[in-house]
Amino acid sequence: MGTMFARGLKRKSPEDGEDMEGGLAGARATPSYSLQRQSLLDMSLVKLQLCHMLVEPNLCRSVLIANTVRQIQEEMSQDGTWRVVAPQAAGRAPLDRLVSTDILCRSAREQEGEHPAPDVGDGHMADLVPGLAVVPSAQALRSPQSSLWEVDSSRENRGGFQKSLDQIFETLENKTSGSVEELFADVDSSYYDLDAVLTGVVGSTPSAHASGLQAFASAAAPPPSSSCRSDLGELDHAVEILVET
Amino acid sequence: MSGRSGRADIISTVEFNHTGELLATGDKGGRVVIFQREQESKNQVHRRGEYNVYSTFQSHEPEFDYLKSLEIEEKINKIRWLPQQNAAYFLLSTNDKTVKLWKVSERDKRPEGYNLKDEEGRLRDPATITTLRVPVLRPMDLMVEATPRRVFANAHTYHINSISVNSDYETYMSADDLRINLWNFEITNQSFNIVDIKPANMEELTEVITAAEFHPHHCNSFVYSSSKGTIRLCDMRASALCDRHSKFFEEPEDPSNRSFFSEIISSISDVKFSHSGRYIMTRDYLTVKVWDLNMENRPIETYQVHDYLRSKLCSLYENDCIFDKFECVWNGSDSVIMTGSYNNFFRMFDRNTKRDVTLEASRENSKPRAILKPRKVCVGGKRRKDEISVDSLDFSKKILHTAWHPSENIIAVAATNNLYIFQDKVN
Repeated sequence: MGTMFARGLKRKSPEDGEDMEGGLAGARATPSYSLQRQSLLDMSLVKLQLCHMLVEPNLCRSVLIANTVRQIQEEMSQDGTWRVVAPQAAGRAPLDRLVSTDILCRSAREQEGEHPAPDVGDGHMADLVPGLAVVPSAQALRSPQSSLWEVDSSRENRGGFQKSLDQIFETLENKTSGSVEELFADVDSSYYDLDAVLTGVVGSTPSAHASGLQAFASAAAPPPSSSCRSDLGELDHAVEILVET
Repeated sequence: MSGRSGRADIISTVEFNHTGELLATGDKGGRVVIFQREQESKNQVHRRGEYNVYSTFQSHEPEFDYLKSLEIEEKINKIRWLPQQNAAYFLLSTNDKTVKLWKVSERDKRPEGYNLKDEEGRLRDPATITTLRVPVLRPMDLMVEATPRRVFANAHTYHINSISVNSDYETYMSADDLRINLWNFEITNQSFNIVDIKPANMEELTEVITAAEFHPHHCNSFVYSSSKGTIRLCDMRASALCDRHSKFFEEPEDPSNRSFFSEIISSISDVKFSHSGRYIMTRDYLTVKVWDLNMENRPIETYQVHDYLRSKLCSLYENDCIFDKFECVWNGSDSVIMTGSYNNFFRMFDRNTKRDVTLEASRENSKPRAILKPRKVCVGGKRRKDEISVDSLDFSKKILHTAWHPSENIIAVAATNNLYIFQDKVN
């Protein structure tokens, strides 16, 4: 088990924005195994998003990666290290980047939920994800009424995470954006703060990940420019499209 | 053999026809190039026929699916020949969504002496025609024409990975990630769905179809492989929808080798019946396996293609190489099997002697008539002079597609955008 990551593993430096620290150590006998497993999980989730949106993504590859993620998740659930918060809604196409955002922010959120860590705060989050609208969205994300960002029992999280993986397949199968109801089918109706939801998404998006939102937006509007500016103007535009659909 | 550099030229499929006279390649740009073997001349009895370009045509064009806002690639995924029944040649070529039947025929005569047209084809004034003559056929320079005879479209939601001509020569199947359809060559607007593994809820999807092939002699039997390393043999006589298999081939997992990558490397990238129809061969990421149709619980032979990659799986996952789909082929007598690897290496395994060899398809080694030198990968410790170390392997040079002449020892190896044809040394 420990030999699975032998020589080939490339270590990720913290500047890559991936979570190598965090409150995951200690749950497994070998801290390095836990880190490597985490790194593999992160890598897998990134892979699931980096589908070329011009051409339909390779279903076999996506299924294999998703199965790998599930395996890791199951193992982590068994040894109690699974604490990922699962984003559940806000549309199909942007879902991929919600997951990514979640990973990048996890260390901060975990601190919120369980382990207070003095050196991890909003500033740290901003380092990880340039452009993320920091304080207000973080506040909203932590809202106890929020069904999107619950830090709860591992079972619920597992189901939520499962759902987000599954919705990636829905995305692959059915790329057209649906009605507004469909977009927000999973959202608790008591939580309907579009700005807060999308802020977490668009704000964190570097231009490379713009394609998801572009594909999503283009279903209702003429194709926008290929660059994605993570500013308020873009956010408003996206909100308009969602509401009008 | 040489090719231009450029992404559209990357060869994506290679296939000999049933006599070995023709060799077809398909590429990423949707083109098909057919090579024909020179007739052996009476003067040079010992000179083996070489393959020269016979026909080139554009089989598929890029398309756009407006409903999904996605491009449909023109890349040719597979070519399969039909057995020859008259002077013309027929082949099936497919991209992700559409299968086409092409007729390739020669024209070496043209009619001359029309009454109503002159030699340039312009219409003549009927008033000037005073006599009638019968047009005659005169020889002309050989022209090879390819015409699309059938287009089988709109039957696949997912990406087609396999096509296979049935031994009845009347039907064929096309397989995508989740479904397999049966077609009649004469009917393009309808196909029968014979396998459907799409779950009612896509959220439950954990396995896809990776390859499929008809039995070479029994027109009711076919196999399909999955991303979980299983093979199912189906009998179309049992029911219209072959969701229940008649045989299920799976090797139990080796617990000592278990890792997070176990499933990915067990995914079967190719499945091929032996010419005899008694065995099937499967290719997964690290091995080639031969199965006896009568034994479902494990393969009868397992060959390690590049086991030195086992400790590199995480890197290969990171750079996506672990998802590369290698094909495998039998020789005409089913005694030798061949498959590709990285660094432009390809491997052959002799099933009888249990010997294997690694060869390289590269320009340096391929002067005409040069004999290929066996290659060796050094796993650890001291590297001998001619060996190459694992870390020096070029993973961008992968041999995914190879073909073996149906009766002779002639092989075709596609290395990115170059096609290599190797023959047995003439004694």
